[in-house]
Amino acid sequence: MEIFQLLVSGLANGCVYGLIALGFVMIYKATEAVNFAQGDFMMLGAFVMIGFNNAEYLGLPFAVSIVAALVVMGAIGYLLDRLILRRVAGESQTSVIILTIALGFVIRFVVGLIWGHEPKSLENPIIGQDIAFGGIVLGLEDVAVIVITLLLTLALYLFFQRSKLGLAMQAASQNQLAAYYMGVPVKRIQGFIWALSGIVAGIAGILFATKGSVDPTTGLIGIKAFAAAVIGGFGSLPGALLGGLIVGIIEPFASRYMPAGYSQIAPYALLLLVLIFRPSGLFAQQRNKKV
Amino acid sequence: MSEPLLKIRNVESYYGPIMAIRGVSLDVHAGQIVTVLGANGAGKTTLMKTISGVMDPEKGQIIYDGHEIQGLDPYKIVNHGIVHVPEGREVFPLLSVNDNLTLGAYTRNDAAEVELDREMVFTYFPVLKARRNQEAGFLSGGEQQMLAIGRALMARPKIMLLDEPSLGLSPILVQEIFGILKRLNSEQNVTMILVEQNAMIALNLADIGYVMEIGRIVMSGTAQRLLQSEDIQNFYLGIKAEGAREERRWKQKKTWR
Repeated sequence: MEIFQLLVSGLANGCVYGLIALGFVMIYKATEAVNFAQGDFMMLGAFVMIGFNNAEYLGLPFAVSIVAALVVMGAIGYLLDRLILRRVAGESQTSVIILTIALGFVIRFVVGLIWGHEPKSLENPIIGQDIAFGGIVLGLEDVAVIVITLLLTLALYLFFQRSKLGLAMQAASQNQLAAYYMGVPVKRIQGFIWALSGIVAGIAGILFATKGSVDPTTGLIGIKAFAAAVIGGFGSLPGALLGGLIVGIIEPFASRYMPAGYSQIAPYALLLLVLIFRPSGLFAQQRNKKV
Repeated sequence: MSEPLLKIRNVESYYGPIMAIRGVSLDVHAGQIVTVLGANGAGKTTLMKTISGVMDPEKGQIIYDGHEIQGLDPYKIVNHGIVHVPEGREVFPLLSVNDNLTLGAYTRNDAAEVELDREMVFTYFPVLKARRNQEAGFLSGGEQQMLAIGRALMARPKIMLLDEPSLGLSPILVQEIFGILKRLNSEQNVTMILVEQNAMIALNLADIGYVMEIGRIVMSGTAQRLLQSEDIQNFYLGIKAEGAREERRWKQKKTWR
């Protein structure tokens, strides 16, 4: 029973890591840049949601706030690409990495300026409720996080497999030059991917804020999500989600069954093991090109 | 003769400071197959990339059907009806054959017509139909080349730019693919610019040939005339004249010294 409860709360955390990792991988695949501000995107999403929803700010209805927050996050993602990242396209990886790290700092301080540095929580209809069955008590918010992540994953899967835009995004990430040759406007597609990763980060942020409080430094869990993406195999979308889930599950078990403090180390220890024994990640998608 | 469908005038393209093509001009008339021959590094691929808009020329004009298209974004050039089948096939490895074809028609919005063209591609390349749900990365080299050509056909091109379709394929496959190119040219009325190192097969397929060396056109004429030219026979077709044997003996000596 205890194991099951640990599993559910671990999965719920893992979903958030997985969604952030998903953002890392989407942007990496499409633009070959790593967006180290992805965790801060998530945090920004949480605060935008709080800004729309909480009574002390705009106090809009919950559902309206979700839509508004996701629209804002999508727009922020798109504009960041359009106004900033497109200008460094073609520069070295390092400068893009430094730029996104700096972007993370900027987001952190801007959020601090607008909403303050104290922890805030999202007023939501399901906070603090439990569901109990067969002797197991689960937080409703944990279950909601898992269900919503599953639905989002399904929606993203259908989008990437079935829609023309989704196919073009896959094409641009698998072979950018060939995508150009086929008449795919690659730059515009990359802008859409930034928008999409903004939206996914927004959803992750809302889910995170539903589970507990957020403050401007919350975005630092992006580092853990980055580890999750590498564990899953950087460059694989399912791998990113699964990597996130693995990291999420390890944590509660490590803190329950290992001495205090080890739960923080466990994900990175796993990262080291994966990098040593399976450097391309657990679920890497790779094909060798035929000559 | 009527006005050419594609006119290239004094085009110069650079890789950074290196001038890869140095003032190339050529004409392509509708319905023709024009081949551009040349050794490695002659600038053939650069010329193709410049036409398809992946590279921008520093100087010169590319005039297609009366419009200047040099330096346009690649997707606009695809919209004009010029599609590039790149060197080395460049299929989307993790997507199915079907999805690769769908992407070939990315610039089109007439879904019903696109499906007709997909069937048309399958009649030319039955093997693609058999493997339509497989990932393109798992196809053999020849099948990938067929997919690359089929994918380009999905855009309903007026002009197809073919960059070394024979690369890395067995002679039988090369014959098969060139046979299909011939049929596409006559049955679907696709004008083609064909870049090749395999001069014999290219000149046999083409109507007109151009020879490029270090960024310039050094020779041009009908394929028939080029096939009979002594220089072409010596250097591109490997037909031995008396003098060539002398050179060969000298080469051997050098290797063993």
